[in-house]
Amino acid sequence: MAPANTPHAETAQAKTAQAKTQFGYRRHPDQDRPGSSPAAHPVVIVGAGPVGLSLAIDLAQRGQRVVLLDDADRIGEGSRAICFSKRSLEYWDRLGVGDRMVEKGVVWSVGRIFHGESQLYQFNLLPEDGHKRPAFINLQQYYAEAYLVDRINELPEIDLRWRNKVTALEQRNESALLTIETPEGAYRLNARYVVACDGARSSLRQMVGAEFAGQIFEDQFLIADVKMTAEFPTERWFWFDPPFHAGRSALLHRQPDDVWRIDLQLNRYADPVLEKKPENVRPRIARMLGHDKFEFEWISLYKFQCRRMDRFIHGRVIFAGDSAHQVSPFGARGANSGLEDAENLSWKLDRVLRGKSPASLLESYHLERSMAADENIRESTRSTDFMAPNSHQEARLRKAVLSLAKETEFGKRMVNGGRLSVPCSYDTPLSSLDADTWRGGPPPGGSMLDAPAATSAGEPIYLTDAFRKGGTDFTLLSFSNGAPIDAPDGIKGIRIGGDGEFADPSGLIAKRYGAVPGAAYLLRPDGYVAARFRHPTRSAIAAALARAEGLY
Amino acid sequence: MPLSTSSNFARPDDAFRAIVEAHRGLTEEQSADFDAALVLILANHIGDIDVLREAIGLARRRMIDGQQQQQQQQ
Repeated sequence: MAPANTPHAETAQAKTAQAKTQFGYRRHPDQDRPGSSPAAHPVVIVGAGPVGLSLAIDLAQRGQRVVLLDDADRIGEGSRAICFSKRSLEYWDRLGVGDRMVEKGVVWSVGRIFHGESQLYQFNLLPEDGHKRPAFINLQQYYAEAYLVDRINELPEIDLRWRNKVTALEQRNESALLTIETPEGAYRLNARYVVACDGARSSLRQMVGAEFAGQIFEDQFLIADVKMTAEFPTERWFWFDPPFHAGRSALLHRQPDDVWRIDLQLNRYADPVLEKKPENVRPRIARMLGHDKFEFEWISLYKFQCRRMDRFIHGRVIFAGDSAHQVSPFGARGANSGLEDAENLSWKLDRVLRGKSPASLLESYHLERSMAADENIRESTRSTDFMAPNSHQEARLRKAVLSLAKETEFGKRMVNGGRLSVPCSYDTPLSSLDADTWRGGPPPGGSMLDAPAATSAGEPIYLTDAFRKGGTDFTLLSFSNGAPIDAPDGIKGIRIGGDGEFADPSGLIAKRYGAVPGAAYLLRPDGYVAARFRHPTRSAIAAALARAEGLY
Repeated sequence: MPLSTSSNFARPDDAFRAIVEAHRGLTEEQSADFDAALVLILANHIGDIDVLREAIGLARRRMIDGQQQQQQQQ
C-alpha cells in the first residue's frame, strides 16, 4: 500500500532526513519576451512529480520539445508513494530509468494478512517466473523523482523550470496562454497543449473551473516512516485488530535504507494535532515492534478522498495523475495510475502534435483513463470500507468474513486488506474486436504480457525489452509459421519463432499469448493490445491500425 | 440461471426448522452474527453474482413493502 497521495496530509516533519535534492531557479530567455508576443511551445507540463517527470521524458523520447514547470525548487518531502507496480517499472524501463529504480528499490511480491495474533493467509502477486520485473518495488517517492530528474538532464528536449508557478490560464482557440510567476516576476507562455500534473490540489483544475467530486472518508490514518534495523521479511504485512492496536488495522512495509512504512488506522474522532506528535506516535509504534529502537523519518496524519474530474480534458488543458483522480492509498493505485495516464497520453499527444492523428484521438485518453480511474476508485473504496466499516452491520459482515477466513478458502479471498494495482483493461473504440476464437492471451484493450525470449544469437531478452528496443511504437508481435506477414508500412515488428528474429525457448510467449504459428498481435505504443489475428491479412491489420490511430 | 423461487426442498419444514433451531439459545447479537456468516456461506455456495443480486432484490422488497405499509398506516 502506498500513500500515493495524502491530500489532506498535515505533514509533520518529526525529523526530515532529506531535502534530498535542491534545484536552482534559472532565468529563461522566454521571460525577456514582451508580454504582447509570448514564446510559443507545443507542450507545457505543469508539475514535476512522478507523473509530470515521466510524461516529459516519454514525450521527449518521441522527439517532442517539452517545457516542464514546477512551483517549488526541490523534490517533495516525505516518502509518500512507495509501492511501484510491475507495470510502472516496465514503463520506466522504456524511459531509461527502470534499472536504477529496481536497484535501489526493495523488491516484493508476497503479502500476509493477520487477524489478531494469527495469520489468516498469504498471497503472491507474481507467482510465476519469466517476467523481467517483479510485482512491486518499494521506493521512496523522492528517490523516484530524483532519478527521473537525472534522466531529464540527459534530454535536451526538456526545459525544466523550477520556481515557475502558473497563476493564470486563458484558453484560446488553438492554444492556452499561461501566466507564470517567478522570483524575478511574471511572464507568459503560449502552449498548444498544457498537461496539468499538479497533484490533488491542482491549481490548474481550479483555473478551468472544474469540479472534483467524490467521497470523503472520515477515518484517520497515521503514517510513520521509521528507521531501524529489523529482521522482518520483505513482505507486505497487514493486520486486522492486531494485539498492539486493538480494534483497528495496521500495515508494515519495508523501504530502502532500513526505513519501514507503518500505517495505523486511528479513531475517526482522534485529534490530529495530538496524534501526530512524535511523543504520542512513539509508544504506539513501540507496542507494534516490541521495542523502541527506531528513529522517525516522516510522520503524516491523513484522511482520504476518492474523487475524479468529470472530464480529463478541458479545452487545451489535459489533466493527468492526482489532479484528475484521487484514490485512497490502499492498493497502490495513486502514483501507479498516474504513470499509466502518462503512458496512455504520451503517444497520443505526440501523434496529434505531428498531425498524424486527429485531435479527437485525445478523447480516447479521457475515455480510457477515466474508466481506469473509476476502477481504481471502486477498488480502493471497497478496501477502505472493509478496513473501516460504516455501520454496525458492515462491521458484523466483516467480522463474519474474518472468522470464516480461518477455515475456508472463500473467506480468505473476501478479506480485503487492499487489492493491489494491476493494469486496467480498456473497453475502447481504439480496439478491434476479435474476429477469431482465442483460448488465452490478452484480449484487445488488455495490456501486453511479459515473457522470456531469445535473440537469433541465443541471447536472452524479455519481450518487454524487445518492444522497447523496437521503438515503443505500433508493433506487430507475430508468431512465425515460415510465411512472411504482409504488414502495412511504418509498423514495427517482433517476430517470434521460425525465421523470426526472436525465439521462444521456454514456450512461454506462445502460451501467455494463446498463440499458434501464423497468429499476430497488434500492440499500441503504450503496450496495449489493439487487435489480434489468427490469420492476419494486410487489410485487416491496416484497418485495426487506422482504428487505433483514431483515424476513424 | 435465474434465481429459483419454486420450492426446492422435498421437506421445506425441515429446512425452516434447521435455521430456526440454529438460532436457539443465541442472544440477539449472536443471532445477527450467525445470520451474517450463514448469508456469506450460502452466497459463496451459489457463486453466481446475478443470482445473488436477484436474491438481494427479492429480500430488499420486504423492506420497501414494510415501509410502504407503515406509511399507509400513518
